[in-house]
Amino acid sequence: MIQADSLTKRYGDKLAVDGLTFTVEPGIVTGFLGPNGAGKSTTMRMILGLDTPTSGTVTVNGKPFAEHLRPLAEVGALLEARAVHTGRSARNHLLAMAATAGIGVKRVDEVIGMVGLADVAGRRAGAFSLGMGQRLGIASALLADPQTLILDEPVNGLDPDGVRWIRNLLKGLAEEGRTVFLSSHLMSEMAVTADHVILVGQGRLLRDQSMADFIAEASSDVVRVRSPQAGQLADLLLASGVTVRNIAEQTLEVEGLTSDQIGVTAAGASITLLELSTQTASLEDAYMALTEDSIDYRSTLENTKDAA
Amino acid sequence: MSAASAVEATAGPSAVRSRVESQPVTLPRALRSEWIKFRSLRSSWAMLGAAVLGMLLISLVVAYNTRHLTSGQDANDLASSATLQGYYLGQLLIGALGVLFVSSEFSTGMIRSTFAAVPKRIPVLWAKLAVFFAVTAAAMIPISVISFLLSQAVIGHYRTGFSLTDPGVWRIVLGTGLYLTLVGVIGGMIGWIVRSTPGSLVTYFGLVLVLPIFGELFGSAGKHVAQFLPSQAGASFTEALPESPHLAPGAGLVVLLAWVAAGIAIAAASLRRRDA
Repeated sequence: MIQADSLTKRYGDKLAVDGLTFTVEPGIVTGFLGPNGAGKSTTMRMILGLDTPTSGTVTVNGKPFAEHLRPLAEVGALLEARAVHTGRSARNHLLAMAATAGIGVKRVDEVIGMVGLADVAGRRAGAFSLGMGQRLGIASALLADPQTLILDEPVNGLDPDGVRWIRNLLKGLAEEGRTVFLSSHLMSEMAVTADHVILVGQGRLLRDQSMADFIAEASSDVVRVRSPQAGQLADLLLASGVTVRNIAEQTLEVEGLTSDQIGVTAAGASITLLELSTQTASLEDAYMALTEDSIDYRSTLENTKDAA
Repeated sequence: MSAASAVEATAGPSAVRSRVESQPVTLPRALRSEWIKFRSLRSSWAMLGAAVLGMLLISLVVAYNTRHLTSGQDANDLASSATLQGYYLGQLLIGALGVLFVSSEFSTGMIRSTFAAVPKRIPVLWAKLAVFFAVTAAAMIPISVISFLLSQAVIGHYRTGFSLTDPGVWRIVLGTGLYLTLVGVIGGMIGWIVRSTPGSLVTYFGLVLVLPIFGELFGSAGKHVAQFLPSQAGASFTEALPESPHLAPGAGLVVLLAWVAAGIAIAAASLRRRDA
């Protein structure tokens, strides 16, 4: 369990993390979402004691991380930036980490096998591809079979096989009752891995709720209707609280009515329906709707295109 | 989902048994880790090897060049410490080794892994220091003795040289090995304080090489201050005829140790206070 209380970090005059209070529960996978510069990595660094909070506290299983006697068994961490000496082999890197916890060669070779680096474990980590470096980072996080996993963009650079492996691994670890705290910008992946969402924007907490509630609250479902008499149907459906958009020829998008209501209305007026389907909002839709106002680094490509 | 989380929350922390046996972090375990780190980098051995070879080769070259007594020879070149001049080169290599052992952790990001494993941080400083001291002393003290013996054997073919039992010779020979080790420790502490590799190297070379020369620009007052610099304090016990003014050998060692202690204190404070 990770508990942050009014966690704040200021760099110069920029408030990177602004009074974050949240709890990451064991037994589920918690996704940590937010735009670039929202303070996710800084928060993770503060959990690990790498950065000292300007104010507020954060504990792991009841204590500041640095006070645990067996830190590697408490928290396994993979941080976004590489944290490996480029001149050292993957195996020696893991051996050096393991030595601090009295973990032996057998376990080191076991995690090397688990992450699929057995063939390259003797090579310099500096020669590793992004995906291989990521696997090495995951191996060091898993070394002591920790209670809590903190992973910053773990699937970054992994092949589809690796992405599926890490997804199942994290779900399995959470089911055993471990705490899994995970950041990623891959919404589709997050949607199938995480059970709970903590969303931050500009260092502030925007949402802390279950994945299902998060999606449901942030964006409403839309019903898509295709009909040769689309115009006539639109007139019939329009009422207070209902939005109808004509998104293509003969096609409407209706917000505020269920597909049942639309079907009954159409039948009453003898309107032919070619398609009637509910479009469920995705995590990506919900995320976009919620973070629109808090994006620090927005792409300016559209503006430059207009100017040209 | 929420039901599952509620159940787990009431079960409290550490509800899951780890499948891997792990031990608390202790200084010996941190030491073992740092020793693995040191020995698993090719650059460690390359620099240490270059320092050892440099000491040996320079001692033989100096011995051969001064094999005959001629008029107008510099007294320094005939002194007992003359053939150990390789320490000028040695202090650059060993200092850089000390700097890199620490600063490369910051430049590669390794320091985050290191502190994730040992979040109290200070044991890392002691462990690195102990590993570096042990390895460097084990290399540089014997090579000082060997360089002295071999170079004096060369000189012995042509004229009377020095033996280890001559007055002050043990002090000079062991002192050279110890000086190189201690000045390397200072390099390591600069690594903790400055963190960036280029910045640390510049600081180290500035302290050891540039400041003593700079001192001379201010005449005798400058020289009086300069004798308290690490390199000049070292010269008081590594050279038979150190440049005047100089401290007594014992005082020089105390001054050098004071630099080491100050370095450790500042490094520890920096380590405790700053974000990694």
